[in-house]
Amino acid sequence: MNINATLIGQAVAFFIFVMFCMKFVWPPVITALQERQKKIAEGLDAASRAARDLELAQEKAGQQLREAKAQAAEIIEQAKKRGTQIVDEAREQARVEADRVKAQAQAEIEQEINSVKDALRAQVGALAVGGAEKILGVSIDQNAHAELVSKLAAEI
Amino acid sequence: MAEQTASGYIQHHLQNLTFGKLPSGDWGFAHTAEQAKEMGFWAFHVDTLGWSVVLGLVFILIFRMAAKRATSGQPGGLQNFVEVMIEFVDGSVKDTFHGRNKLIAPLALTIFVWIFLMNLMDLIPVDFLPVLAQKITGNEHVFFRVVPTTDPNATLGMALSVFALIIFYSIKVKGIGGFVGELTLHPFGSKNIVVQALLIPVNFLLEFVTLVAKPISLALRLFGNMYAGELIFILIAVMFGSGMFLLSALGIALNWAWAVFHILIITLQAFIFMMLTIVYLSMAHEDNH
Repeated sequence: MNINATLIGQAVAFFIFVMFCMKFVWPPVITALQERQKKIAEGLDAASRAARDLELAQEKAGQQLREAKAQAAEIIEQAKKRGTQIVDEAREQARVEADRVKAQAQAEIEQEINSVKDALRAQVGALAVGGAEKILGVSIDQNAHAELVSKLAAEI
Repeated sequence: MAEQTASGYIQHHLQNLTFGKLPSGDWGFAHTAEQAKEMGFWAFHVDTLGWSVVLGLVFILIFRMAAKRATSGQPGGLQNFVEVMIEFVDGSVKDTFHGRNKLIAPLALTIFVWIFLMNLMDLIPVDFLPVLAQKITGNEHVFFRVVPTTDPNATLGMALSVFALIIFYSIKVKGIGGFVGELTLHPFGSKNIVVQALLIPVNFLLEFVTLVAKPISLALRLFGNMYAGELIFILIAVMFGSGMFLLSALGIALNWAWAVFHILIITLQAFIFMMLTIVYLSMAHEDNH
């Protein structure tokens, strides 16, 4: 219970411990604490920013999807229209071609008929002349009766 | 112990292991309380110093270990504990002390943890370590007190260090003139120079007592609480020594109850010492008295 030099020793020990604590214990821990605080604050910031970004991206994606759908519908519509148009055109072309071919064929047939008719007429004329010759027993002057013969041929 | 009287047992428990100059002129350990008293001022309580240094080293090493591995990432268990302590002390300092001083917070942390550890020694059964010391030294009568804060030297040593810091920062912040003015021009002041001159001694008496009361009350509050606590533990321990079954059983219950209550006291006393140190130093930093 005596007051003695122990208190000096205690004061010295106290001083040394405080100095050590101030130099080697306090700064690293407090720095780590402050750094962690900063990190957490940054993390929270980043999280909220990311959430906002996500919202924006979702909105943008939705808009793009809507646009794409609209575009696709438009393209399909156009394709359908173009398809009908092509079918119509083809049909028209086919019809024109068919008409053309038919007309050509008819013209050819007409021509053939005419030429056959002419040939037939000539032959009938010749036959008639031959027949008449045989009946009359004289030759008929081709030139003198040409008019008659051709008239006859035309009547056939 | 059986042949000892109760008062002899108690007195033996309250005597420090003192190292100093013996009457023969040699340096050595005092064997009786009278011898320790005769050594005068230049003697050391080896048990007090030893335990306080050991406990201080425990504090320093644990906290240094955590500080060395301190990371701003995920903290481990030890770092968590150290961070909780440091944040608690830092919060207390920031609430009270508004200046910028790198010393105050580590000082407060050291005071809190160190005093807490020294007080904690009180919870070890009173006879455990002294008997161990007796067995180790082979001396049946060796004195050994394990709670440094029950030695007024330890508490005064710390309180006087704080007092030195109070004076140092008072002078550093306010200058010598400001410090002297604070001691002499308050609380009574007058515009009249003659009256003021007459008031100076009165002011000085009041302010000086206030100033000196700070370290004394700081030291004696901690010492008184811990000394009383230890004394009660010793008195309860005397009940075991009676050898009567009923008294011993009562002693066990009392010892447990007092130990539980004491956990509160040791924490509170460490906290009070720390808070008052912060308050006193913050007052030393304030210019407007």
